[in-house]
Amino acid sequence: MAEKTCNLKIDIERCKGCLLCIEVCPVKILKASEHVNKRGIQYVVLTDPEKCTGCTLCAMMCPDCAITIE
Amino acid sequence: MKDAPTHYCPGCGHGLVHRLICECIDEMGLRDTTIAVAPVGCAVLAYDYWDFDTTEAAHGRTPAVATAIKRVHPKNLVFTYQGDGDLAAIGTAEIIHAGNRGENISVIFVNNGVYGMTGGQMAPTTLLGQRTATSQFTRRSDKEGFPLKIMEMMQVLPGVTYLERTSIHSPKEVINAKRAIKKSFQTQINGNGFSMVEIISPCPTYWGMTPVRSMKRIKEEVMEEYELGVVKDAS
Amino acid sequence: MKTRYLSTGNEACAEGAIRAGCQFYAGYPITPQNEITAYMSRRMEETGWTFIQSESELSAISMVFGASVAGARAMTSSSSPGISLKQEGISYLAGCELPGVIINVMRGGPGLGNISTAQSDYFQATKGGGHGDYHSIVYAPASVQEMFDFTYKAFAKADEYRTPVMILADGTLGQMMEPVEFDDDIEPSGRVTKPWAMTGAKGRKANSVKSLLLGDGVLERHNEKLQEKYNEIEEKEVMYHDHDTDDADIVMVAYGTTGRIAYSCMNKLREEGVKIGLFRPQTLWPFPYKEISHLAAQGTKFLVIEMSSGQMLQDVRMAVQDDKRISFWGRLGGGIPTEEEIIETVKKM
Repeated sequence: MAEKTCNLKIDIERCKGCLLCIEVCPVKILKASEHVNKRGIQYVVLTDPEKCTGCTLCAMMCPDCAITIE
Repeated sequence: MKDAPTHYCPGCGHGLVHRLICECIDEMGLRDTTIAVAPVGCAVLAYDYWDFDTTEAAHGRTPAVATAIKRVHPKNLVFTYQGDGDLAAIGTAEIIHAGNRGENISVIFVNNGVYGMTGGQMAPTTLLGQRTATSQFTRRSDKEGFPLKIMEMMQVLPGVTYLERTSIHSPKEVINAKRAIKKSFQTQINGNGFSMVEIISPCPTYWGMTPVRSMKRIKEEVMEEYELGVVKDAS
Repeated sequence: MKTRYLSTGNEACAEGAIRAGCQFYAGYPITPQNEITAYMSRRMEETGWTFIQSESELSAISMVFGASVAGARAMTSSSSPGISLKQEGISYLAGCELPGVIINVMRGGPGLGNISTAQSDYFQATKGGGHGDYHSIVYAPASVQEMFDFTYKAFAKADEYRTPVMILADGTLGQMMEPVEFDDDIEPSGRVTKPWAMTGAKGRKANSVKSLLLGDGVLERHNEKLQEKYNEIEEKEVMYHDHDTDDADIVMVAYGTTGRIAYSCMNKLREEGVKIGLFRPQTLWPFPYKEISHLAAQGTKFLVIEMSSGQMLQDVRMAVQDDKRISFWGRLGGGIPTEEEIIETVKKM
């Protein structure tokens, strides 16, 4: 089986750590990072890109245009 | 939408609604004709984020400014973006009369039930029992009155064409809010008159809860008071 | 060819706006300026432009803001209590550097006052009026003809300087009838392009017109720019009429209706051999400080006459810089100075 690549991108500098994306992800592959961005915000990271279905729910809920899925 | 990070708090609904508006304008090919009027309130800086012509209005006079712009440029898409303080308190007269004249404009009404910019004071739309900076003993009907339902007030005006109350607490509702915004713009383009989309939006900072909890509050508490759905459709 | 007919001041003012190419009018009824609103409701329709009877004066001035930001020539009119409400929008026009014409047909105050003529809004009109550090250009007509001429001119000046312009008339001027005359083929003057206007951002970068300037020092720089503009207006736009001031021992200073009464007094006193003149400011802001100061240098005495407790008086004092030489006669709350009162005051000087 060919490896599935997820084209979900998180702009960690735009992320404000509201975590709304984590809440709506149906496959639970987003989580708060242990690191912070330049503004001191605990941003969101993608844990398992291969599980991403490209459903765009996370991007839809993001108030800060921090998530793009191509 | 300009490539600029917004000044909004984490989990604030304004950023999301801004994006929905921009998506509608892009998808409908309206960027070159759009003129927006920003309110006084948290969204006062909307003109820093939108890549189309934008201006401001004195607090609450937003529909009056939009009325005149639309009368001067009837072929342009003209919309106001207003919060509950701007629209439902200080600008009550302007919104009622713009609706009553049947002005061919669109109004995006973001209702988060609180004054965000000034520090979380009570709004006309604040729920009973909700504690704010200026309802420290919570909002009580005998002292602070009742949550004001502008949509239901506007419904009786013959000049008003389309009213819908939406929310952004879930992806399903976000999709629906976007559809309503598009419909409002289309109503205007078709020359069918005044339309308004209310969007129930979270203010985690002044609701005193996390963004995730705020979205749950919309579903569990706010929607109990403010029923979602089409309030009027004569388009 | 000239058009000449008998008109009220209010209607002459409205026709002046029409001839200046006013594209948008919004107003709310208030006495003694109702003839302007009624006249505009007919004439704006006839010219194919927009008339709106707004829900309030607050709304009317914000509609003027909207029409102006959209690039149109726009006007509103009211009388004193209504003009107080309009201060909100006038401040926004000034802050956003938007042109707009505001007519104030003054009546007695404070509060609801009465519907008689008055000049007690002088401070409000000339010193800013709303919040912030700004001025509106203020014209003071003294005849029905000047109601037409100054309103016509106001639109060009508003556009030239991107600033609110006020016509400060009074109830008498608004209601009285006199002949008004203008060229049949008079066209709007002083048209300018408005690249900043809200028109839709087709083929250009998006425009943004706002007065909220939060960046460090940005508002201060904006205010400095406004002050530069005000300095230029003070230098170029002062207007006044002087009558027989060259040899005068006494110069009366009065504007609007009191200017007319003073003119009549002057003629009577001259017949009696009193060397008296009249200085009538036609712009109240910018105020003719320099010109009055020149008169003061001749050693003349001054009599300021107003339908107020002495508001323009303060500006005359600043120009003359010698209070001992200045007398004042004023009537309050809708009272009109009589010729007898003025002549008696002059004779006591």
